[in-house]
Amino acid sequence: MTVGSNSDIAAVSAVSDVSGEKKPWNSNEMMTIAASRTLKDGAICFVGIGIPSTAAILAKSSHAPNLFLIYESGTVNTDPKRLPLSIGDGELANEALSVVGMPEIFNYWLQPGHIDVGFLGAAQIDRFGNINTTFIGNSYDDPKVRLPGAGGATEIAGACKEVIIIIKQSKRTFVEKIDFITSFGFGDGPGSREKHGLIGNGPKYVITDQGILEPDPVTKELVLVSLHPGVSVESAIENTGWDLKVAENILTTDEPKDFELKKVRELVATSSKKSE
Amino acid sequence: MSKFLSLSEAISRYVHDGDTVALEGFTHLIPFAAGHEIIRQRRKNLTAVRLTPDLIYDQLIGAGCVKKLVFSWGGNPGVGSLHRFRDAYQSGWPVKISIEEHTHAGLTNRYVAGASGMPFAVLRGYFGSDLFEQTSNVSTIQSPFTDEKFLAVAAINPDVAIIHAQQADKNGNVMMWGITGSSKEAVFASKATIVTVEEIVDTFQPKFNSIIIPNVLIDAIAHVPRGAWPSYASGYYERDNDAYIAWDAVSKDRESFEKWLADEIYGESGAKP
Repeated sequence: MTVGSNSDIAAVSAVSDVSGEKKPWNSNEMMTIAASRTLKDGAICFVGIGIPSTAAILAKSSHAPNLFLIYESGTVNTDPKRLPLSIGDGELANEALSVVGMPEIFNYWLQPGHIDVGFLGAAQIDRFGNINTTFIGNSYDDPKVRLPGAGGATEIAGACKEVIIIIKQSKRTFVEKIDFITSFGFGDGPGSREKHGLIGNGPKYVITDQGILEPDPVTKELVLVSLHPGVSVESAIENTGWDLKVAENILTTDEPKDFELKKVRELVATSSKKSE
Repeated sequence: MSKFLSLSEAISRYVHDGDTVALEGFTHLIPFAAGHEIIRQRRKNLTAVRLTPDLIYDQLIGAGCVKKLVFSWGGNPGVGSLHRFRDAYQSGWPVKISIEEHTHAGLTNRYVAGASGMPFAVLRGYFGSDLFEQTSNVSTIQSPFTDEKFLAVAAINPDVAIIHAQQADKNGNVMMWGITGSSKEAVFASKATIVTVEEIVDTFQPKFNSIIIPNVLIDAIAHVPRGAWPSYASGYYERDNDAYIAWDAVSKDRESFEKWLADEIYGESGAKP
């Protein structure tokens, strides 16, 4: 397998850091920065709150000033200066080119395929990038843990040209079989999306606290293509509930740059201050 | 044609036991004061429709007003779970509720169909999701023009829509601006409409991205300043994020929730910031 040799997001560091020294940044910061680097200038991007917003604002303030941000609450081409604390935060409306109703967001923007990149989070993911945000347990009617549900995610997963999934990697989140498919990735492999009439191309990257995964172009199974600095292949395998495929030429994600860390910390600090 | 009524009179006249109600507003302009008045008037067996149940339906559910929840994202935004919803759904306290769960696109289109006077709306949605199997009022439909199959969602026509807006004018027209979610569709879809407003003005000054709801579409307007708190009203006050965080502890157990009900809703003060 030769997946990942052309990865445009995880440039190889000159020296891989395998010393195990404590890093001057944490895994949330690394995930945010890795996600931010995937966003291309000018892309139309469907964003949610939390890490996706931090990543998008960071990208806009650095390599992608013309990133076009849409939130499901109806804010179109918005440019938030601080982190939104809810999906309908006033900051998103105040800084938007236009604010529209939700039928326009879902029926006119998302459904026909205008959105280049959609961000999703999840409680569980499987090897084909299908995700669960509905419940944990054996039964929909009697769940062990009830989660919020779909929101915009199901149609975002269906219609965006690319989907980026951000999720912390562990045996509880990376599972052989997810308890409920809320949003579709590649189903059970090649051809599944076509069978369901989904117009988007499905997950492009899965960004975790361990590294970055991409679907194999043929089998559609997620392959580990890049490890964050200081993370070992063994750790990524250990934190996966299936037999994880690893790219032959695995890359090391670039260390966070000073300006990236500074911006991320600035954004996160304002948001925690606000909600204290 | 809209009439100016007190909130109590508006709820008493247009919300009945067993009704299907839609208290809309997406994060912004959530009609909390109207929800509290429904609790105070002890309505029962409501089918409560909202994309995001938010705290307002957590409160109605905890107070025993709801028998069925129709929704598409059920959390406390930015905080965590809706504990009263989970307690009612999983443990039947204070009454067992059933759920009908959608995606935002699906439930939005149920309103669009209702507003359009059509029996259903057609979309590309739910495909590949297990939700399709769990949810009533969702089906597939063959295109009459091609071989493609699409998803259909049944129209929803609530007995009453309740929304909060920034302003009404003296003639009973309503203006709202900022994030308006699916409020307009809920109004057009419903048999009756109540609007609570921050302010009554002589004439509207046009605002960025404002929408106007003419008086012929409205039944009752109640003047309720801060009626969307702890959500927000753009131009009047910001979202009270601390109140959303505090709700987690208030709602976590039955005793503290009942104390909240007694103090803030049934007590003389009513819920105030």
